[in-house]
Amino acid sequence: MSQPNRLKTGGRVDRSRQLTFTFNGQRYQGHPGDTLASALLANGVDIVNRSFKYSRPRGIVAAGAEEPNGIVQLGSTEAGQVPNVRATQQALYQDLSARSTNGWPNVQRDLMGLVGKLGGQFMPPGFYYKTFMAPASMWLTYEKYIRKAAGLGRSPTENDPDIYDHRHQHCDVLVVGAGPAGLSAALAAGRAGARVILVDEQEEMGGSLLSSRESIDDAPATTWVEKVLKELSELEHVTLMPRTTANGYHDHNFVTLHERCTEHLADLAPRAGGRRQVRSRMHRVRAGQVVLASGAHERPLVYAGNDVPGNMLAGAVSTYIRRYGVAPGNRLVLSTSNDDGYRSALDWAEAGREVVAIADARQNPDGELVEQARAKGIQIIAGSAVIEARGDKRVAAAKVAKIDIEGFKVTGPVEELACDTIASSGGFSPVVHLASHTGSRPTWNEELLGFMPSPVKGMTPTGGAHGVYALGQVIADGFKAGSAAGEACGFERQDASLPKVDERREGAAVALYQVPHQKATLRGPKQFVDMQNDVTAAAIELATREGFESIEHVKRYTAMGFGTDQGKLGNINGMAIAARCLGRTIPEVGTTVFRPNYTPVSFGAIVGRHCGELFDPERYTAMHQWHVENGAEFEDVGQWKRPWYFPRTVNGKTETMHEAVARECSAVREKVGILDASTLGKIDIQGPDAREFLGRVYTNKWAKLAPGRVRYGLMCKDDGMVFDDGTTSCLAENHFLMTTSTGGAATVLEWLEIWHQTEWPELDVYFNSVTDHWATMTVTGPEARKLMAELTDIDLDKDSFKFMDWREGKVAGVPARVFRISFTGELAYEINVQANYAMHVWKKLFAHGDKYGLTPYGTETMHVLRAEKGFIIAGQDTDGSVTPEDLGMHWAIGYDKPNSWIGKRALTRPDTKRTDRKQMVGLKPKDPSVVLEEGAQIVFDPNHAIPMPMKGHVTSSYYSPTLQSGFALAVVMGGHQKMGETVYLPMVDGQVHEAEIVSPIFLDPKGERQNV
Amino acid sequence: MQRYSGFGLVKHALSHHENWERQWRNPTPKKSYDVIIVGGGGHGLATAYYLAKEFGVTNVAVIEKGWLGGGNTARNTTIVRSNYLWDESAALYEHAMKLWEGLSQDINYNVMFSQRGVLNVGHTLQDMRDIQRRVNANRLNGIDGEVLDAKGVQALVPIMDCSKNARYPVMGASWQPRAGVARHDAVAWGYARAADALGVDLLQNTEVTGFKIRDGQIYGVHTNRGDIEAKTVGCVTAGNSGVMAKMAGIKLPLESHPLQALVSEPIKPILDTVVMSNHVHGYISQSDKGDLVIGAGIDGYNGYGQRGSYPTVEHTLQAIVEMFPIFSRVRMNRQWGGIVDTCPDACPILSKTKVKGLYFNCGWGTGGFKATPGSGHVFAASLAKGEMHPIAAPFSIDRFNTGALIDEHGAAGVAH
Ligand SMILES: Cc1cc2nc3c(=O)[nH]c(=O)nc-3n(C[C@H](O)[C@H](O)[C@H](O)COP(=O)(O)OP(=O)(O)OC[C@H]3O[C@@H](n4cnc5c(N)ncnc54)[C@H](O)[C@@H]3O)c2cc1C
Repeated sequence: MSQPNRLKTGGRVDRSRQLTFTFNGQRYQGHPGDTLASALLANGVDIVNRSFKYSRPRGIVAAGAEEPNGIVQLGSTEAGQVPNVRATQQALYQDLSARSTNGWPNVQRDLMGLVGKLGGQFMPPGFYYKTFMAPASMWLTYEKYIRKAAGLGRSPTENDPDIYDHRHQHCDVLVVGAGPAGLSAALAAGRAGARVILVDEQEEMGGSLLSSRESIDDAPATTWVEKVLKELSELEHVTLMPRTTANGYHDHNFVTLHERCTEHLADLAPRAGGRRQVRSRMHRVRAGQVVLASGAHERPLVYAGNDVPGNMLAGAVSTYIRRYGVAPGNRLVLSTSNDDGYRSALDWAEAGREVVAIADARQNPDGELVEQARAKGIQIIAGSAVIEARGDKRVAAAKVAKIDIEGFKVTGPVEELACDTIASSGGFSPVVHLASHTGSRPTWNEELLGFMPSPVKGMTPTGGAHGVYALGQVIADGFKAGSAAGEACGFERQDASLPKVDERREGAAVALYQVPHQKATLRGPKQFVDMQNDVTAAAIELATREGFESIEHVKRYTAMGFGTDQGKLGNINGMAIAARCLGRTIPEVGTTVFRPNYTPVSFGAIVGRHCGELFDPERYTAMHQWHVENGAEFEDVGQWKRPWYFPRTVNGKTETMHEAVARECSAVREKVGILDASTLGKIDIQGPDAREFLGRVYTNKWAKLAPGRVRYGLMCKDDGMVFDDGTTSCLAENHFLMTTSTGGAATVLEWLEIWHQTEWPELDVYFNSVTDHWATMTVTGPEARKLMAELTDIDLDKDSFKFMDWREGKVAGVPARVFRISFTGELAYEINVQANYAMHVWKKLFAHGDKYGLTPYGTETMHVLRAEKGFIIAGQDTDGSVTPEDLGMHWAIGYDKPNSWIGKRALTRPDTKRTDRKQMVGLKPKDPSVVLEEGAQIVFDPNHAIPMPMKGHVTSSYYSPTLQSGFALAVVMGGHQKMGETVYLPMVDGQVHEAEIVSPIFLDPKGERQNV
Repeated sequence: MQRYSGFGLVKHALSHHENWERQWRNPTPKKSYDVIIVGGGGHGLATAYYLAKEFGVTNVAVIEKGWLGGGNTARNTTIVRSNYLWDESAALYEHAMKLWEGLSQDINYNVMFSQRGVLNVGHTLQDMRDIQRRVNANRLNGIDGEVLDAKGVQALVPIMDCSKNARYPVMGASWQPRAGVARHDAVAWGYARAADALGVDLLQNTEVTGFKIRDGQIYGVHTNRGDIEAKTVGCVTAGNSGVMAKMAGIKLPLESHPLQALVSEPIKPILDTVVMSNHVHGYISQSDKGDLVIGAGIDGYNGYGQRGSYPTVEHTLQAIVEMFPIFSRVRMNRQWGGIVDTCPDACPILSKTKVKGLYFNCGWGTGGFKATPGSGHVFAASLAKGEMHPIAAPFSIDRFNTGALIDEHGAAGVAH
């Protein structure tokens, strides 16, 4: 029969429409308005999963975020898989396909269940800490089998085709939860004119009112909900966000909202207007005030067999009947410690099903709801509780007995009542999770038997979250909270015109968590506390016996609360049991800390668009397109794509990198080459104190650099270690242009700002990044001047435009700054033009350069050429442990500068003054055909046993077509004094290379070529 | 001490687990001890254990303000590796690695040290140069390791995006097969139980509020439960070390930062090794329960809040999804934070101080879990002998005066 548990009438589902879905391969029907859980219950599906540790059959227990068992794998395609979806929170849609996450071969008949049954007693908490230790080598093997049992659902194995969004929002009042408290809070703040965001995690707003027996203004509560929602939607500054979970609450009222945009429609976001819609969206909200109207979670009672399918929360039973029109069974026994639980029995009876009995833990239950039940002729057994549920795959009977709560024992005979459903209610716990995210610890309220949120600045709890439960008071409390929140944001207080709600006389509840059994907890049948992690009352008792007394220890030893429900259902019970075992009170035991997320959020939603090509922006120079068209291979340097080399294809054969680099190097050394150097960082420095500032951040002197001149500078961190280098040009007396390494551009700018802003605010100086504004092309090689002469009006005479000069003029008709600096050791002109003109200039250079053999070269050739000259690359030849002196750059240290500079003090420390520090040298492999491995370690004694004393390492190494040999830069201990000595490089393949320590300047030691 | 074994488990099951003993006592503080360890994290507990076991010093108290192992020990992502660059750190972490390899048996507590290997992935030419340099150094220091190319990485982690399409394509990795993960709580509890059995007093919920110092010599501590005396005090308080040092009139070059981690919901086993990337900036492993355990770098600001900010979570997951696009639909369950004490050179401080008898063991920053046994062992040796153990000696506070820093930044951007 289709949907045997669906009631003929009632509920908010749309019976006029059918939705077909599959669960574990079986087809079922449901209706719009159903959750997957309500549809499964409607179809009489008892077992939705097998438990994690003991493989016990499990059914739906709750109707919301606290559900521990109904965890399913969703998705009908591989790319559309979603693991661990909570069936109680997933809207049903046409063709939804879900599976249980555990159970083999299936959830009905699970072989692991046998293991759980037989082996359960050998798996007390922490059993794995106590065994699998011998022999030591076997752990990985044991672990392999343990891992097989891991996990709930599974990850998709295909990439996610869906997209996710982020949005930043500000509001005056954020109301979390749209039950009676939240709705009236939003109303109060909204009427006052505040910008309000009202969120609710459910498909529909209304919270508990959607399944309430109460009437408001003499009409069903849902009529009031509709009225309020209508008014709110007409208020311009109010935003209503259903299907949106406030999942994290951070400092200063920063709240993240997870809006599920299309997850209720399909596995993969449907298309609209030809475009794929957003699957979900994260809102990063900064709220003036937060009203926490997140309600309360019902606590189940902890009794033996309480996990057999058919055991449910009393409130959930009501919700399924009233909201979804589903009676999840036929014969009900209710076990309760309070009046509220009675609603489920009344709803059950009104649905035309049999209420077998109510076991009430109180001696004299007498509230109004109790009277109503009595009036219906329902049997009430006072002073008793369900002490055990019988049944295997579905509840078959409830064992009810008189209990003594104080003495924690069963006092009367046990009566076995045949039934198929047991509802239990142990009272309510305010949903304090969000408030705890901010670090505030909830406080126990003995009267309300629950933890209340502690104060958080700018946050007001209200309604159930505030321990206020009677509907009339909830609405009043919500209104007050909303009004106060509005007022705190500068809006006028609102006077409440509250709707009429009947007062109801309620009997006091008793504190009952774990129900006593005839057998001691350790000996009796299992009483579950945390169903998702199979944590029992016995496990908690055992943990406390073993000395785990802090609740954090109990939690960790037993795994209580570590599930995907984060202990929403079981934690308070667990704390109460720990308290009982330790002879302490619940507040003495305290709570564990709740952390974001309130409910799980997909990685994709948190990532948003920041993945794939938008993971990190790719930066291109103005000439990038030319490089692409000319076949460049690219290297990632920082965020930049830099041409690495330009392989040529001749007769269908493409050069290797080695061949291309050899050709490019020769072109520069013999004719002329061109490099796109635009990516080097450029910082424009201006102000009367610019020169002074440079003197403090660079190790060398800047006092005398005249306009028109350029100087190389070295920068140290305060520990005296080289951190970046580059040239700085004096553009005018108070105006300089600093260049940095490509990767260091942002770091150096930040560095300058930090020192200026925190240490030397008195200096009048300003920094601007101009890296992107200027494109840079380096024209270098013996023919460079001839080529330049064809295109510029600048006087290139070698005596008027000298090495380390810069000049302003036109190049290819475009205003340009030309710098005579050289990173190749050849005659070189670095042309800077506005980036927008750069492609034109670049192409003009080629148009004229052809006859001189102008050759584009990339970073690899640049590296070879500069290494032949012994020029360092910061970050490659240095690693944060190299001083200027280690680099042999004594000439660049101004110890006698009038002001101190960054790194000066550190450079005078004993260790930085050592003479046997690792120092920069050149290495010449004994065999010229060998190119040493970059990163190869250097030893003096190749026959030393391991561990071998390492004396240095290779920092840069290449083959030089000019030298016709491999060559390298390296750091070697005391290297400056070891010229001509032999060192050894033992490699992974057993080879030991030999090399001679030489000067790091392999070519043109006097620098004649660049000075021509 | 009740010995743990598979056989014992069966025996206890038959007596309904009613006869398990406490794993450690809850003693009342004595008036004085030979040695006081402040801080009952992994490092403090290990120190106490080795003091008692290796050096015969059993009149020892571990003073912990909260619950044992509740600081960073309980919050870390448990990556254990020893492939550090510099000789000094390689010696320290490899010493720890060797102890890890027999730890469960030594303390009769399964710490689930799982040598499933750690990959440090490279995405740029400079990354690869650094990897080669580090692996070469490791090899000559006798530490296992291999340089893999992108294909090798793909073979080990088939679900990772090793294609050329990635924003920063994987170029290769260093691979340390002996590295892996361990169960953090078990480390704290196992050391606690073993130390307790040797007579060490574990004083929980006891906060050290000051040091008793006379004529430059320590002779005890003030606590919220009264004064306790000892002429040797080892302070092992991780993120709180700067505060502790101040109580003794010492300034340490430490910054306390939040460091966060997060886990997904448990999913079926899909990732067998630990994957770390400095450049894309995130790391990931999968626990025996099935959670993906994920982290990256510190939050930029200083703080003691034991929680972090959301942008760090965003950046971290962006890195993870960039490397593992298939995880986009996997869901994040929880995030949390610890407070790590970072040193300017990314190396710890194991040191005497200007106060005689007062030692500090701190500055482990983002990566001290892996060192727990080694740190405890060499620190215990130093406390017992009054002289820093040779492996600990280079990590003296002095290095910030002499300049003999051991800069591990270059090799360990996500330093776990
Ligand atoms: C999120 C995160 C991820 C990490 N991941 C890794 C990783 O993958 N691999 C790795 O190797 N490392 C990792 N670490 C670092 C590692 O956790 C720490 O370096 C290490 O645990 C430090 O151990 P500890 O015992 O010194 O510190 P803790 O465990 O923090 O112990 C210090 C103890 O001192 C106590 N204390 C402080 N002040 C006082 C006082 N006044 N009186 C008494 N007691 C006091 C504290 O309560 C605490 O219990 C991570 C850290 C974090 C936060």
